[in-house]
Amino acid sequence: MTSGTGSTPQRRGSVPEVTLADGLALVIVVALNAYVLLAGADYGGGVWDLLAGGPRRVRQRELIEHAIAPVWEANHVWLILVIVLLFTCFPAAFSRLAITLHVPLTLLLFGIVLRGSAFVFRSYGNIDDRTQRRWGRVFAIASTVTPLLLGISLGTIATGRVTGGSEGGYHAAYVAPWLAPFPLACGVLALALFAFLAAVYLTVEADGDGEVQEDFRKRALWAGAALFGAAMITLIASGDAPRMREGLLQSTQAIGVQLMVAAAAITALLALWFRRWRIARVAAAGQATLMLWGWALAQYPDLLPGTLSIRQAAAPAATLELVAGALALGALVLFPSLAYLFRVFKQR
Amino acid sequence: MSELLAARTQMGLSLGFHIVFAVIGIGMPALMVVAERRWLQTGDKIYLELARRWSKGTAILFAVGAVSGTVLSFELGLLWPRFMELTGPMIGMPFSLEGFAFFTEAIFLGIYLYGWDKVSPRAHLWAGIMVAVSGALSGLFVVLANAWMNEPTGFTLVNGQLTNIQPLHGLLSPAAPTQVIHMTLAAYAATGFAVAGVHAIHLLVSPANAFSRRALRVALLIGVPAALLQPISGDFSARHIAEHQPAKLAAAEALFETRTHAPLTLGGWPDMAARKTHFAIEIPELLSFMAYRDPAAEVQGLDRVPRADWPNVPVVHLAFDLMVGLGSYLVLVGLWVGFLAVKQHEFAVERRLLQALALATPMGFLAIEAGWVVTEVGRQPWIVTGVMRTEAAVTPMPGLGYTLASFTALYILLAFVVSRLLYGLIVQTPTDDEWHRQYTPTARIRA
Ligand code: HDD
Ligand code: HEM
Ligand code: HEM
Repeated sequence: MTSGTGSTPQRRGSVPEVTLADGLALVIVVALNAYVLLAGADYGGGVWDLLAGGPRRVRQRELIEHAIAPVWEANHVWLILVIVLLFTCFPAAFSRLAITLHVPLTLLLFGIVLRGSAFVFRSYGNIDDRTQRRWGRVFAIASTVTPLLLGISLGTIATGRVTGGSEGGYHAAYVAPWLAPFPLACGVLALALFAFLAAVYLTVEADGDGEVQEDFRKRALWAGAALFGAAMITLIASGDAPRMREGLLQSTQAIGVQLMVAAAAITALLALWFRRWRIARVAAAGQATLMLWGWALAQYPDLLPGTLSIRQAAAPAATLELVAGALALGALVLFPSLAYLFRVFKQR
Repeated sequence: MSELLAARTQMGLSLGFHIVFAVIGIGMPALMVVAERRWLQTGDKIYLELARRWSKGTAILFAVGAVSGTVLSFELGLLWPRFMELTGPMIGMPFSLEGFAFFTEAIFLGIYLYGWDKVSPRAHLWAGIMVAVSGALSGLFVVLANAWMNEPTGFTLVNGQLTNIQPLHGLLSPAAPTQVIHMTLAAYAATGFAVAGVHAIHLLVSPANAFSRRALRVALLIGVPAALLQPISGDFSARHIAEHQPAKLAAAEALFETRTHAPLTLGGWPDMAARKTHFAIEIPELLSFMAYRDPAAEVQGLDRVPRADWPNVPVVHLAFDLMVGLGSYLVLVGLWVGFLAVKQHEFAVERRLLQALALATPMGFLAIEAGWVVTEVGRQPWIVTGVMRTEAAVTPMPGLGYTLASFTALYILLAFVVSRLLYGLIVQTPTDDEWHRQYTPTARIRA
C-alpha cells in the first residue's frame, strides 16, 4: 500500500480497515504456521538422522522414523494448501514469486521429492541393508537442504526483490534476488529452527527410553543455541531487507513480539534444562509461531514488500467469498480428522 | 529446443509421471477395502494378508504420488505464471477443494497404513473407505480444473482479462461430466487390470497359489466393470467434443475436410501439409454415426479451423487410436472373464485367459497416458481454449532446457527405484503350503 498522501486511510502505522483479502492472507499464514510446526519438525527429524551419532545411533534413527512415518504426508499437505490459496486468492503474487524464485523453488522441489521418496524407499523397500542406508542418507541430506531453500525463498520475499521482472539479464533477474546475505541467513534460520523443533519434540516422543531422551535433550540445547546465533546473523544481515528491519524493530508492537519470542525461547531452554519435556514442546512451538507472525506483521499490509499489497494482489471478490466458504466447509472435515490422526499416533 | 517446447515437455512429463501414481491412489484403496471387507465377512485370513501386503506397495506409490503432485502445484506457476495469474481465481476453486481431499486422504492413509494394531477393525476399514473416497474426489476436482481449460465458462473476456467471474460456474464446465466419469472409470480399470495382470503372471507360474487367486478375484471385480463401461463413457466424450471442441475431434479422427457421411479413420499417418492421411483404414460413415448417431451427419474437419490453430494431428490421432485399441482389448478380456464367471462360477481358471490378463497388465495405464495426450495436445495451441495461447503463458525465465533435463533424470531415477521395490514386494508373494491346501487343487486349472 502506498503511503505518502496523508488522506489514504491505509497508511503504514495507522489501523487499516480489514478486508476479506486480509482474512485470507491470514489463513495462508496460519497454514504456513502449521507447516512450520508440523512438517518443519519432520525435516528437522531428517537433520537429526543425518547427525545421529554415539552408541545409540540406531535407536535415535528408529525413534525419528517412528515419529515421522504416520504423519508426514498429512503434514506436507499444509504446504499444498499454502500454494493453492496463494494462486487462487493472490494470483499476481504467485506469478511473481514463481518467476523470480524459479531457481530456488525448483531446488526446493527436488528436496521435497527426494526427502519424501527416500523416506518411503527406506522404510518400505524390501531391500538389503546397504541400499537401505543409502536411502537413509538421501532422506537425511534432502531433509537438511530443503529447509535452507524454504528459508531462502521466504527471506527473498522480505527483501522486496520479488518483482517478477526479467530485466537486466539472467543473473540480475533470477539469481541475485535470492543469492544475497539476508535470504541466505533466513535459510540458516529456518534450518536451525526446524532442527530445534524436532529435537524438542523428540524428547517427548522418546518417553520411556531415558538414554535417547537425554541424547535429544542435549541436541535440543545445542540447536537452541544455534537458533539464537542464526537469529543474530539474520538481524545483522537485515540491512539487505530494510523494510523488514524497520518492521521488526521500529514499532512498539514489533518490539512486543520480539520480547515474546525471547520469552518463549528462554522458557523452552529452561524447561529443557529442567527436563520438563512437555512445557519445552509448547514453548518451542510458541517461539516458532511468534517468529513467523512477527515476520507477517512486519510485512502487513504488503504481500510482496514494496511492490504488491494484499489488496492489489487480491482476486475478485467472487473468488474470495467462495474460497472463504470452501475453507469453512473444509475445516469442518479437516480438524476432526486431524484430531483423530494425532490421537491415534501422538498420544504422548 | 525452444523455451516453450521445453516447458511443454516438462509439463507433459510431470503430468504423465504423476498420473500413474494418482490413478493408483484412486484405485488401490478400493481394492484394499474390498479385500479387507471380505476378510471381515468371511474370516478368511488370506484376504487380510492381501490387504496388508497391498498396503505396503501402496505406501510407496502414495508417497511418490504426493511429492510428484507437489511438483505439479509449483510447476503451474514455475512454467506458466501468466496462465496462473489470469486463471488462478477461476481454477483455484477446484484446486482448493482438492486440497481438502488431499488432507483427508493423507490423514486416513496414515491411519490405514500404521493403524492396523491401533484402531478397531471396523475403524480401520472405515479409514480405508475414507482414503478411497477422498482419492476419487482428488481426481474429480483436478479434472474439473482441466475441463475448464478445455471449455472455459463463467466469465466475460475483456481485453484478454477475465472479468465478471463466477467461479462456481467455472467449476461446472460443460466438459466436466464426460471427463470426470471417463477419468474415474479409467482409474479403476487401469488399476484393476494391472493388479490382475501381476497376479495372473504369478498364477501362471504357481497355479494353485491361494493368495494370488484371491487377489485376482478382487482386482477383476473392480477392473472388469470399469473397463466394460469405458467405451460407453468414451462414446459420450467423443460426442461431446464433436460438438464443443471440434478441432480436437477432427485431429483425433484425422479428419482434414468437413464432410457428411464421414468415415472412421483407423491408424495411418496424417500428413498435415498434404491434408491427407496415408495408409489408413477407413470404415465408411462410421464417424458420422458415432458422433451424431446419423450416418449422413456432417462432421467438422480441420478445414474449419484456422491453420495456426491446429493441434499436432499425427500425435493426437495416433494417441486416440492407441487408447481405443487398448480399451477394446480390455473389453474383450473383460467379457471373457465375465463369461467364465457366469458359466462356471469361477474367476479366470483358464490358462489362456491368465495369459491374456498378463498381457493386459500395462494396458490401462498406457490408455490413460494416450487419452491425456488426446485431451492436452488436442487442445493446443491453446492453454485455455479461445482465451489464452500456450505461448503467451510461459515463463520469461530462459534456460528451461536445464530444468527439463534435471526433472527428466529425477523421474527416471524414481521410476527405476519404484519398479525395483515393487518387484521386490511382488516376488515376495506368499507360497505358504497351508494356503495351497485351502484353495483350488491344480486340476481345476485347465490348459
Ligand atoms: C483406461 C483408460 C481408458 C480407456 C480404456 C479409454 N479411455 Fe478415453 N481417455 C482416458 C482413458 C481411457 C483418459 C486418460 O482418462 C482421458 C483423458 C482425459 C479424460 O477425461 O479422459 C481420455 C480421453 C478421451 C477422449 C477425449 C475427451 C476430452 O478431451 O474431453 C475421448 C473422445 C475418449 N477418451 C474416447 C474413448 C473411447 C471411444 C474409448 C473406447 C474404448 C476410450 N476412450 C477408452
Ligand atoms: C494427469 C493427467 C494429465 C496428463 C498426462 C497431461 C498431459 C499433458 C501434456 C502431454 C501436455 C503438453 C501438451 C503440449 O504442449 O502439447 C500438457 C500440458 C498442460 N496440462 Fe495437462 N495433462 C494431464 C492433466 C492435466 C490437468 C488435470 C491439468 C490442470 C488442471 C493440466 C494442465 C496442463 C497445463 C497447464 C499444461 C501446459 C499448457 C499446455 O500445453 O496447454 N493437465 N498436459
Ligand atoms: C495439474 C495437475 C495436477 C496437480 C497440480 C496435482 C497436484 C497434486 C498434489 C499436490 C498431490 C499430493 C497430495 C498429498 O500430498 O497427499 C496430488 C496427489 C494426487 N493427485 Fe494430483 N495433481 C494433478 C493432476 C492429477 C490428475 C489428472 C489426477 C487424477 C485424475 C490426480 C489425482 C491425484 C490423486 C488421486 C492424488 C492422491 C494420491 C497420491 O498421492 O498418489 N492429480 N496431486
